[in-house]
Amino acid sequence: MSETNETHGASSEEERAPKRVIGTPPQVQGHDLLPSDGDGGESSGYKLDPVKARKAERAAAFFFFLTFLAGIAFIVFYAVWPGHVGNDDIVRAMHSNYALGTSLTVIFIGMAVGMTIWVRHLMTTKEIIQERHELASPAEDREVFNEYFLQGAEESGLTKRPLLRRSLLLASAPLGLLPILLLRDLGPLPEKKLRHTSWKKGTRLVVDGTGQPLKPSDFNSPGGIITVIPEGAEDNLDELAKATVLLINVPEDQLKVKKGRENWNVGGIIAYSKICTHVGCPAALYEQTTHHILCPCHQSTFDALDGAKVIFGPAARPLPQLPLGVDSEGYLIATSDFHEPVGPSFWERGRPKV
Amino acid sequence: MTTQAPPKAVDGAIGFLDERFGTAGFLRGKMKKVFPDHWSFMLGEIALYSFIILLATGTFLTLWFKPSMSEVVYNGHYTKLVGVHMSEAYNSTLRISFDVRGGLLMRQIHHWAAVMFVASLTVHMLRVFFTGAYRKPREVNWLIGLGLFTLALLEGLFGYSLPDDLLSGTGLRITQGVMQSIPLVGTYLFYFAFGGDFPGHDFIPRLYTVHVLLIPGILLALVGAHFMILWHQGHTQFPGKNRAQKNVIGKPFYPVFMIKAGAFFMFTFAVIAFLGTFAQINPIWLFGPYTPDSITAGSQPDYYMGFLEGALRIMPNWETNLWGHTVSWNVLVPALVPLGLIMTGAALWPFIEQWATGDKRIHHIADRPRNAPFRTAVGMTAVTFYGLLWLAGGNDVIADKFHVSLYATTWFFRFAIFIGPVIAYNVTKRICLGLQKKDADIVHHGVESGVIMRLPNGEFIEVHEPASDEQKAVLTGKDPLPELAIEAEDENGIPSPSARGPLGKLRKNLNRAFTVDDVPADGHDEGHDDTSPHAEEELQPGGVEPGGTGGSRAISHH
Repeated sequence: MSETNETHGASSEEERAPKRVIGTPPQVQGHDLLPSDGDGGESSGYKLDPVKARKAERAAAFFFFLTFLAGIAFIVFYAVWPGHVGNDDIVRAMHSNYALGTSLTVIFIGMAVGMTIWVRHLMTTKEIIQERHELASPAEDREVFNEYFLQGAEESGLTKRPLLRRSLLLASAPLGLLPILLLRDLGPLPEKKLRHTSWKKGTRLVVDGTGQPLKPSDFNSPGGIITVIPEGAEDNLDELAKATVLLINVPEDQLKVKKGRENWNVGGIIAYSKICTHVGCPAALYEQTTHHILCPCHQSTFDALDGAKVIFGPAARPLPQLPLGVDSEGYLIATSDFHEPVGPSFWERGRPKV
Repeated sequence: MTTQAPPKAVDGAIGFLDERFGTAGFLRGKMKKVFPDHWSFMLGEIALYSFIILLATGTFLTLWFKPSMSEVVYNGHYTKLVGVHMSEAYNSTLRISFDVRGGLLMRQIHHWAAVMFVASLTVHMLRVFFTGAYRKPREVNWLIGLGLFTLALLEGLFGYSLPDDLLSGTGLRITQGVMQSIPLVGTYLFYFAFGGDFPGHDFIPRLYTVHVLLIPGILLALVGAHFMILWHQGHTQFPGKNRAQKNVIGKPFYPVFMIKAGAFFMFTFAVIAFLGTFAQINPIWLFGPYTPDSITAGSQPDYYMGFLEGALRIMPNWETNLWGHTVSWNVLVPALVPLGLIMTGAALWPFIEQWATGDKRIHHIADRPRNAPFRTAVGMTAVTFYGLLWLAGGNDVIADKFHVSLYATTWFFRFAIFIGPVIAYNVTKRICLGLQKKDADIVHHGVESGVIMRLPNGEFIEVHEPASDEQKAVLTGKDPLPELAIEAEDENGIPSPSARGPLGKLRKNLNRAFTVDDVPADGHDEGHDDTSPHAEEELQPGGVEPGGTGGSRAISHH
């Protein structure tokens, strides 16, 4: 800051005093903010120290060369190594990712650093002060616009001819509805689809993944839990999104059976919808000691012993229970569909039946 | 003015264009356009460059991605999934990751660029808000920015929902559950959007069109408009020496800013490429294909959806059933209220501020946040609200890492979401006022020099240096708000008619909030010799004085 320092009476104390900068430090160090007149010749820029400039040029060139090398490396990695497909696992993809990614990073970092050195140490452009232009138009422009506007409106006759105006408005009104109307065939109407699943009287419970039907004796470990689906729905994702069920084996003596659900469980085996009543995630976590079912998405917690009633979290309703029975061959079956809609709430759902 | 002609290639090209489009005349005014410098002005640039990277890598991904729900059996290089049934969308994403050279890199760069895009948009918006850069004449660009931000969130959500892996499918399921909860039309919206039951076969292809065509098109148009308005109106600058409302100080676009911006683009790309190489993101092969009956514990959306997720988690389980119709407040409130509050508040804010302060002037000098304590405090209130919701979105992670009960974290956030913002408001305001007082102190008494002087009576004092011109220009650069006409009261203390109605009262109260604790930093020190140290003032503790506004008044009433 030597040339901008005030020199009058600079005592030793003042020179020792720290120079504080508040806010953004000034852009130029050691230069006047404004291009001063007569600083030697036609160029308005700064004079560079030739030695430093030469050094900066070499540094920038080094980084640009680095980018060049990385570019070549990228091409080589892509074409030669590990170019052939044929390994059995994803190691190749991993190596390729590192090799290509590292080259790409170096390409850009070299470019970035080189350009930065160039702009900071080699450009002689000075800071300038520019006037801001007035954003608003001169008053005269506004007047002329107003005049033209009124004149045009008058000439078009739109202001004088209400029939023309109104019929034009009427003509365009339906046009706005057409795009919305055209979207009607995006999908079917919901009708009662959300109220039913494919469970019905006699549908066998099969294990999700293997498709095996289950006998109560296959599932006799207390505290056991398994995901089951209706037989025949194995490959139907739309059906799985509604009909998936948690089969839980709870101690029969601790089970609080709701009125009207006395014959819905088989021994301690009880079935609840796995689709959370909050926003539909699978409520997949089960704590054996407390018999709590937890949805991992938003932590709604249901009590498996007490009709899956909500004991914590944002879900408003218990998980619907599926009435269970055993068919003539001894396999677990549903004795009906769910008695209420499964999954998240919706406007038409109405009060749950108790 | 005769000068040398540029090299033939440039001269020829410009000549060709100029004879057809008048290019030289157009460029003449643009080449020397000045861009003021400040690190915080680069945040929006990061967003712009991330967007360019997103367009480039996204185009690459479309060449292989198949937006289809048709079931196929995997038979690729990832042995753990061989033989597994999956959708073509998931299969082709695996193929991009493992069989297309550079595919995994491009996928990860695309994802990181998306994260960077939303993050830089957020920080850029905060910068614009806290410095008052949205004020007249820039309100429209602020609104365009809000539109960009909202679309960016949607675009991100749609993007990570496309691969149809278990995590993205879970996200879609939640989206569908929220859609279904909308009163009156929810089920219809759901069935139209999904073409039938969830998950169906139509949604991924539809989402794809929206993700690669519709939203990017709108984003591109808005980015273009945003940048053209910025160019036309010029950038704001912070207060400083020689800087004024009527001028702009900095280096010209050509050649300095152009190369600087280019370098910054390269830096941005380098950082994102580095992350894409070494920081694994969205490893879809670990999640497996989506099925509606499976889930992984600790499911988390991308970070920018976290605040909505948090709101869903901490909302109490309220639901009403009236006349056979169900309204799920437990879903609707968290899905609509936080985003609605923040975005509507942000959109209305410039106009509320104008109305309350009566300030209709053009502003080209950005505020330092401390000089607008009410605005800064309200901003921090919103930031705290958002931040707490975002943290609540990871309540299971917090509970797990810090060994606290999951339910306790939920209850904590249920209260914190109301208490936290209030604390933030008050703390921020106090900090701003403290900083203002410190500024006023520096203007009047200079900065501590570290030089201790002993007076003839034996007393030690610290010599204060007068603030430099540059410092003073920064400190006194704040623009006092104009008096609001409706504040006027007649000699009997009766307010003017416009201030009597409820709206008038609201306006008056808001105006008070904007202006009440302002500490004037200048305008009262004329004729006051503050270049020489005053022994009696130097002995006061420097910086912030305790005891509220009384001290500040004392400083300002010289």
